[in-house]
Amino acid sequence: MVKSKNSKTGDYVVVAICVVLILICFLPVWNVFVRSLSSPAALVRSDVYLWPKELDLTAYSLVLKDAEYTWALAWTAMLTVGCTFLSMTLTTLCAFPLVFDKLKGRKLVNGLILVTIYFNAGTIPSFLLFHNLNLINSPLVLALPYSLSVFNMIIMRTFLQNIPDSLRESAEIDGANPFQILFSIYIPLSTSVIATLSLFYAVGRWNGYSDALMFMNRNKKYYPIQLLLYFIIQSKESVDAATQEGFSSPGASDAIKAATVMIATIPILMVYPWLQRFFIHGVTLGAMKG
Amino acid sequence: MLAETRMQKAAKRYKTRMYLKRYWMLYAMLLIPLVYFIIFKYVPMTYIQVAFKKFSITKSAWEMEWAKNSGLEYFIKAFSNRDFLYAVRNTLMLNALGLVFGFPAPILLAIVLNELPYRRFKRITQTVAYMPHFLSWIIISGLALQLLATRFGLVNIVLRNMGLEPIQFLDKPANWVWTYVFLGVWQSVGWNTIIYLAALTGINPELYEAAAVDGASRLRKIWHITLPGLRSTIVILLILSLGQIIGSEFDRPYALTNTLVTSVSNVLSIFVYNYGIKGTQQSLATAVGFFQSVIGVIFLVNANLIARRFDERGLW
Repeated sequence: MVKSKNSKTGDYVVVAICVVLILICFLPVWNVFVRSLSSPAALVRSDVYLWPKELDLTAYSLVLKDAEYTWALAWTAMLTVGCTFLSMTLTTLCAFPLVFDKLKGRKLVNGLILVTIYFNAGTIPSFLLFHNLNLINSPLVLALPYSLSVFNMIIMRTFLQNIPDSLRESAEIDGANPFQILFSIYIPLSTSVIATLSLFYAVGRWNGYSDALMFMNRNKKYYPIQLLLYFIIQSKESVDAATQEGFSSPGASDAIKAATVMIATIPILMVYPWLQRFFIHGVTLGAMKG
Repeated sequence: MLAETRMQKAAKRYKTRMYLKRYWMLYAMLLIPLVYFIIFKYVPMTYIQVAFKKFSITKSAWEMEWAKNSGLEYFIKAFSNRDFLYAVRNTLMLNALGLVFGFPAPILLAIVLNELPYRRFKRITQTVAYMPHFLSWIIISGLALQLLATRFGLVNIVLRNMGLEPIQFLDKPANWVWTYVFLGVWQSVGWNTIIYLAALTGINPELYEAAAVDGASRLRKIWHITLPGLRSTIVILLILSLGQIIGSEFDRPYALTNTLVTSVSNVLSIFVYNYGIKGTQQSLATAVGFFQSVIGVIFLVNANLIARRFDERGLW
C-alpha cells in the first residue's frame, strides 16, 4: 500500500475531507453531551457550544432519580441480554447444520429461508398473528418475532463454511456427534463472528422501538428505553422529575432531554469501537454471497 | 433375482439408518429455527387474504366474507384514498432522493479513505464515521431537535449570531425532506463504506505501481483502477437498493416527523400503522402492505434482469 508517488496536495485534500467528516459525525453528539452537562441558565442564554458552561450535573441526578426512566433502562438492558442470547442460539442452530454439505434437504431449507428476505407478509398480517398467539401487549412480543435475522444467519453460515471441512470430518471419524463438533470445534473457532452478531442483535434490540409502539402499546410498564425516550423528546415538558423538583424553565427540560439521550447512548458508544475489527469482518462476510 | 433386490433393499435401509444415526441431531437443531420461520414468516402470509376479505375480529381469516368487487374492494379503496396516494408519492420521493445522495456517498468516501496516507488517522476516521450507525432514530431525532430547531437549535443560534435568517429545518415540508435525506446519509455513509473498503483490498497493488510508472495522476488511478475494482460491488448494492425503492422503514420517518410536515413525511409504513393498528381498517392496511411487497419484488427482479443484461453477475 505504498503510494509515495502521489502528490502532497492530494494528500492534504483527502485529509481535509476526513477532518470535515469527523467533525460532522462527532460534533452533534458532542454538543448534546455538553448541553447535558451545562446549567439551565446557560442553556436559556443559548451560549453552549463546544464546552459545558457552568458545569451542572443536576440533569443527570434528576434523570437517574426518575423511577420510570431507570426501570426502563434496567428492563431494556435485561431484555437486550436475553434477546441477544436467544437470537444467537437460534442463529447458530440454523447456520451450523447448513454447513454439512451431505445433509439432505439442505437446499430446500436454504430456499425457504431466502424467500423470507425478498417477500414479507407485512405489518398487519403479523399483527393479526400476534393477536391470535396472545402476544399483543405481552413483553414476549419484543423478544420472539424478530429473534432470528436472516442476514445475520447468512453471515454466520458463511463464516462457518470457511472453517476447513477436514477438521469436521476427522472429528466425525473419531465418532463425535454434531453437538460435540459444534461445541468443541466450531464455537471456539467462531468467537469473532459471535461477538459481531451479538453486537448487531444487541444494538438492534437496544435501539428498537417500533415493535413496542405497534404491538405493546398498552403495556407501559415494559416500554423499552427508546420508546420512553421518544415520548420524552417529543413532549414539551420533560420527565416527571423535572416538575417534581420545581424545574420548569425550558433550559432545565432541555438539559434533562439531553441527559436522557446521553444516558441511553453512552453504553453503545463505549462498546462498539472495541469490536470494530470484528464487525468489519462480519459485514464483509455478509457481502459475499452464501 | 429376488434375493438380490431384497439385499439391495436391506443395504439401502441400512444406509438410511446410518445416515439418520449420524445426522438426526442436525435435523433436531434445524427444527427450532424452522418452526420460527414457519410461525413468524410463513403463517403471516396466510393472513394476506384479509386484504381480499371483510375484516372481522371475531372470525378467523379463513372464515371472513369476501370483499366486494371480487375481493378487490380494498385495493380500489386504497387507490381512491388521498392519504394512500400521498404515501406512495412520499415513499418514492424520499427513497429516490435517498438513493441519489445516499448511494454514491459511501463510494466516494471509501475512495477518499483508500487514498489516506496515514493508517492511524484512517482508523480513527473510520471509527468516528461508523458511530452514527449505532444511534437509534429516536436518538438521532433528539439530536436533530437540539441542533436544528428553529428557535433554540444550535445551528440557527449560530446563523442568528452571524446575522442571517434562521432556517426552519424541521418545520417546513420542503426543508424537512432535505433534512431527512441528509440525516439518512449522515447515519449510513460511514457504515456503508465497509463493503467497498473490503472490495478495495482485493485490488492488486501492482496495478497502482504500474500506473505510477506510466505517470498516471491520482485521479486517473482512481478512475482507471479503483472504480473498476468496485464495479461489481456497486452493481449488486444498486440492485438491492432499487428493490427497496418502494419499501419503507418505519423507525426513521416516524421518529423524525412532526405535525407540521405530515404532507411529506407520511410514507406507506406510517399509513399502514395509522389505518391498520391505530385505526380499524385492517383490510385496507393489509392490502396496502401486500401491494408494497409485490411491487418490491417486481423492482428487485427487474433490476436484477437489467444488471444481467449488462453482463454483470447480479444477485442470482
